Amino acid sequence: MPEQTLNVFMPVTIMMAIAVILFVGALAAARLLSPRGKKTDEKVMPYECGEEPVGTAWSLFNVRFYVVGLIFIIFDVESVLMFPVAAVFKKLNEAGNGVYVLIIFLSFISVLLEGIAYCWKKGDLDWVRSFIVNKNIDK
Amino acid sequence: MNTTIAEYFLSFDVFRSFVSRISLWLGTDVTPFIVFMIFLLGALVITLVLATVGGFGTYAERKISADIQARIGPNRVGPYGLFQLIADGIKMVSKEDIAPKTADLFLFYLAPFLAIFGVFSTFAVIPFGSGITLTDLNVGVFYLVAISSLVGVGVFLGGYASNSKWSMLGGMRGASQIISYEIPVTLSILAMVLLSGGMSFGQIVGSQGAFPHQWFLFHNPFSFIAFFVLFTGALAETNRAPFDLPEAESELVSGYHTEYTGMRFGLFALAEYVEVFVVSGVAVSLFLGGYNVPGEEFGHSLAGQGAQATVFFLKTCALYYVVIWIRWTFPRLRVDQLMVICWKYLTPIAIFNLVGCAVWLVVFDGKSMFELFFHH
Repeated sequence: MPEQTLNVFMPVTIMMAIAVILFVGALAAARLLSPRGKKTDEKVMPYECGEEPVGTAWSLFNVRFYVVGLIFIIFDVESVLMFPVAAVFKKLNEAGNGVYVLIIFLSFISVLLEGIAYCWKKGDLDWVRSFIVNKNIDK
Repeated sequence: MNTTIAEYFLSFDVFRSFVSRISLWLGTDVTPFIVFMIFLLGALVITLVLATVGGFGTYAERKISADIQARIGPNRVGPYGLFQLIADGIKMVSKEDIAPKTADLFLFYLAPFLAIFGVFSTFAVIPFGSGITLTDLNVGVFYLVAISSLVGVGVFLGGYASNSKWSMLGGMRGASQIISYEIPVTLSILAMVLLSGGMSFGQIVGSQGAFPHQWFLFHNPFSFIAFFVLFTGALAETNRAPFDLPEAESELVSGYHTEYTGMRFGLFALAEYVEVFVVSGVAVSLFLGGYNVPGEEFGHSLAGQGAQATVFFLKTCALYYVVIWIRWTFPRLRVDQLMVICWKYLTPIAIFNLVGCAVWLVVFDGKSMFELFFHH
């Protein structure tokens, strides 16, 4: 029933709309009630404990953050792919295909394990990357 | 089984005949309108309740921390300082809204919205009772994991857009921490999806029972460990101590929301406290039996729904207390320790749990430890 599907997702839409309204409402109330003084240079300066900021904060950052992001993408996509399997696993087990599905499931997880083992060995899971580990791999 | 709160109310004959009588009187079918009104009212009530819970979270935090440190805590506004959250709200609203001159204004204003939106949208699937779940999506857990990731985006954008070094550091840490800990949390949730055979909260809570031996926490040794993995990950995802590096007040002033003032800061704080309640609620639903009360017939009645909601709130508040307790007990971790705990301990353990649950399901045919020990 298409109408049924709409009904099920309607509260989600309503909840999102309420979140938007709450946000706009809270800021509108703050706008009405809060004082708006002159924006002096000191007031609109980024806070650096009273010192004048030197340069911008949009500068180089530690490459570890980027590596963590990359590892996350891989794992997140794999866990998303495992959700449908997990959802039907019990049903398939009750139908008597448990061992068969388990083998497929485990072989899929082993890909994930391989990924984490590679990153571990490569030293990408350490925040301060050890180059000794790196040398061993290069040999 | 009800899939939405509207269907629960329409399952009562009295209510159905009431609706059909109005339809007859107006000469048109008003059921869609009634359904919409139930959704709207339900959503408003849940928002109100959870926003108040979030407000009381700040009060509870101070009172409990005071208790732990042998202080009195807020006691000036109202009896026992109970109206402190109203005073705080008034203060937030009446503070000047300042944005740094060099900030990226669009992203600066967008960030608190993402935090609020990510948290409040999850209310649609939180199971307060078998009937009073706003909507029991068949992808409920998945939806919750997906949409609550928006908070991490908000944290990062807030830190980036401020163009302040403290905020930038806090935002970077926050982003890497939140995305890292999402992996063990998702894998732990996955194990419970596997055990219950469905992604909807109704299915997951429904396959547990009212008594501790029926909970997924004690289903098998792997799910027992999975609970602690999920709880640790949830602490990190909500930036709670000992994982509060994004806003580490002793090193980063206030982290990603250093530059936020007044209501924009207030919205960030509200999102954080409500999110703690949401993740506690999810942990309760997945592992601690959720809203289950004894008696199936009783559970369907209105009184039963009240009892279910009470049980859910009591368990969730108990977890909330533990979260605050942990904050005032453990020292903060370093960034490298944080990453090591996530990637070298929690993630492998979570994968181990997932495999363990799958094997357990196949070997023991879905029976829990209790059933194996006492029903043979």
